[in-house]
Amino acid sequence: MATLEIRDLHVSVEADNATKEILKGVDLTVKQGETHAIMGPNGSGKSTLAYSLAGHPKYTITSGTVTLDGEDVLAMSVDERARAGLFLAMQYPVEVPGVSVSNFLRTSATAIRGEAPKLRTWVKEVKEAMERLNMDPSFAERNVNEGFSGGEKKRHEILQLELLKPKIAILDETDSGLDVDALRIVSEGVNRVRESGEVGTMLITHYTRILRYIKPDHVHVFSAGRIVESGGPELADKLENEGYESYTKGGPVSGANSEEDVA
Amino acid sequence: MAEAQNLPAGSTTAGSIAVAAESTVATRMSAPPSFDVADFPVPHGREEEWRFTPLERLRGLHDGTAVATGDGVRVEVEAPEGVTVETVGRDDERLGKAGTPVDRIAAQAYSAFEKASVVTVPKETVLTEPVRISVHGQGGTAFGHQVIELGAFAEAVVVIDHTGDAVLAANVDYLLGDGAKLTVVSIQDWDDSAVHVGQHNALIGRDAHFKSVVVTFGGDLVRLHPRVTYAATGGEAELFGLYFTEQGQHQEHRLFVDHNAPHCKSNVAYKGALQGDGAHAVWIGDVLIRAAAEGTDTYEMNRNLVLTDGARVDSVPNLEIETGEIAGAGHASATGRFDDEQLFYLMARGIPEIEARRLVVRGFFAELVQQIGLPDVEERLITKIEAELEASL
Repeated sequence: MATLEIRDLHVSVEADNATKEILKGVDLTVKQGETHAIMGPNGSGKSTLAYSLAGHPKYTITSGTVTLDGEDVLAMSVDERARAGLFLAMQYPVEVPGVSVSNFLRTSATAIRGEAPKLRTWVKEVKEAMERLNMDPSFAERNVNEGFSGGEKKRHEILQLELLKPKIAILDETDSGLDVDALRIVSEGVNRVRESGEVGTMLITHYTRILRYIKPDHVHVFSAGRIVESGGPELADKLENEGYESYTKGGPVSGANSEEDVA
Repeated sequence: MAEAQNLPAGSTTAGSIAVAAESTVATRMSAPPSFDVADFPVPHGREEEWRFTPLERLRGLHDGTAVATGDGVRVEVEAPEGVTVETVGRDDERLGKAGTPVDRIAAQAYSAFEKASVVTVPKETVLTEPVRISVHGQGGTAFGHQVIELGAFAEAVVVIDHTGDAVLAANVDYLLGDGAKLTVVSIQDWDDSAVHVGQHNALIGRDAHFKSVVVTFGGDLVRLHPRVTYAATGGEAELFGLYFTEQGQHQEHRLFVDHNAPHCKSNVAYKGALQGDGAHAVWIGDVLIRAAAEGTDTYEMNRNLVLTDGARVDSVPNLEIETGEIAGAGHASATGRFDDEQLFYLMARGIPEIEARRLVVRGFFAELVQQIGLPDVEERLITKIEAELEASL
């Protein structure tokens, strides 16, 4: 069973000629089949955790370890991490002009699977996955994320999740900016992948709203660069009623707004 | 109207649209057009038409010190049946009919060549195979002149292929009879040390169709000046260009479409990718719609993709309109970067770095490559682009 283990992870960024520590010792274990909700206020470092795991060059790991089935993730390049089974659904997916969605998906699937998918079954696979996400077939001919609405970008991310079938999926604020209909469609996509039992999911979110559609096994409260409390789904209910106030009291949050720097 | 637009890589040029009583496209040149090199002062580099060009790398083509050597270039013409290929002297009346040199090097080429080559496709002859002209540099200096003439309703594809190493100043004239259709592909696939400067003049007959594809990959310095003039109404020009500017290379394409006749069309689309320190691409797109050119329909576009730091693009579209009675006129210029976020996004989907770059560059050129409509040329371009990318990573 695939397991992602994060141990005492410390991460810094360079900002205004100064080094700022954003993650201050994160410990988390995510196993295949499990869903972990990582919840926290803005600026707590949730997105930094997501991007650091994916290998974004902006973040420097200063100490700690991340392993996937015992393999050192931090020693891998970005594409190696993806091929090892990590997937990051991004909060702000990037436009890639001149590259069509269909070409992008096929190139990506070829890289992840180690061989080009057979054309006939691939076309069918993509078509069906798009239908499930209520995506128009013409979508495949558009350039990656170019001119996409917020909802289209998120659907496109989940489409990739469905096609690439990672071992560990990190969903970074996939719910943000979605109306209720889009949220439901996107959540159903995530649930289809989860139901396979073959993916461990890290659901990073600010709001409890998405947890009505995607039921987590574990809920972690993230504040000031580390996990400050962990529990079952009932912890989300507590957050729903009480907010993050009890976790952020006692001065400004260190690393405030660090998430906004990404994208 | 010809204000400086020196922009760093990654910026977008807005260009200018001017409504003028008198053309500034002509008046901003340092001297009026002439066949005689003596009519042009030696450029010092600050002139409008020279300000982007590194004069010190022209190997003397601009100041009269470049002298033809016997081993300049080897020109071979391979033409299907029905085509006449001639080598003619300077006094042949077909020379210089498509346009007059507008800068000193074009005039130098015209003043210095000894023999010219004339390729004629007789009227109503429709070729099924291309005419292939190979210009192979042999390390020397050369001046040349090439004429390609199509009679009325003739149709032809001409591929001019530049390879090897040379210092070459050469002009090309395209003469299109009424209703003729000419597609010409000029490939600059030079060695890294070559210098190539030339003016390409097209004179388009009534209802004739001219398609030019300029592809520049190699050379230390390439500076081409494709120009279009209409002999009568109804002519159409499509000017496509594609360049891949590598470290240390200077590639300059200066286009001019002179809408001097009514109801003509022009469409200019140039795309370039740059990578490496000191890679410098220059694109000048001048379109002039004269008072007589009612019903003109024109559009020009330049896009650049900057793959690495240290590359520089100067892109200056310039549209001048002397009549409001036109069908359409527009231009666009944009320079974008292949940035780290794009790379991260693609790599985060398992795509290795080289594959990611290839994907983006191929995508960037794909639309234009498809418009060329010549499968073997397309194949060669794709292969070349791949090789350039491969070599750099």
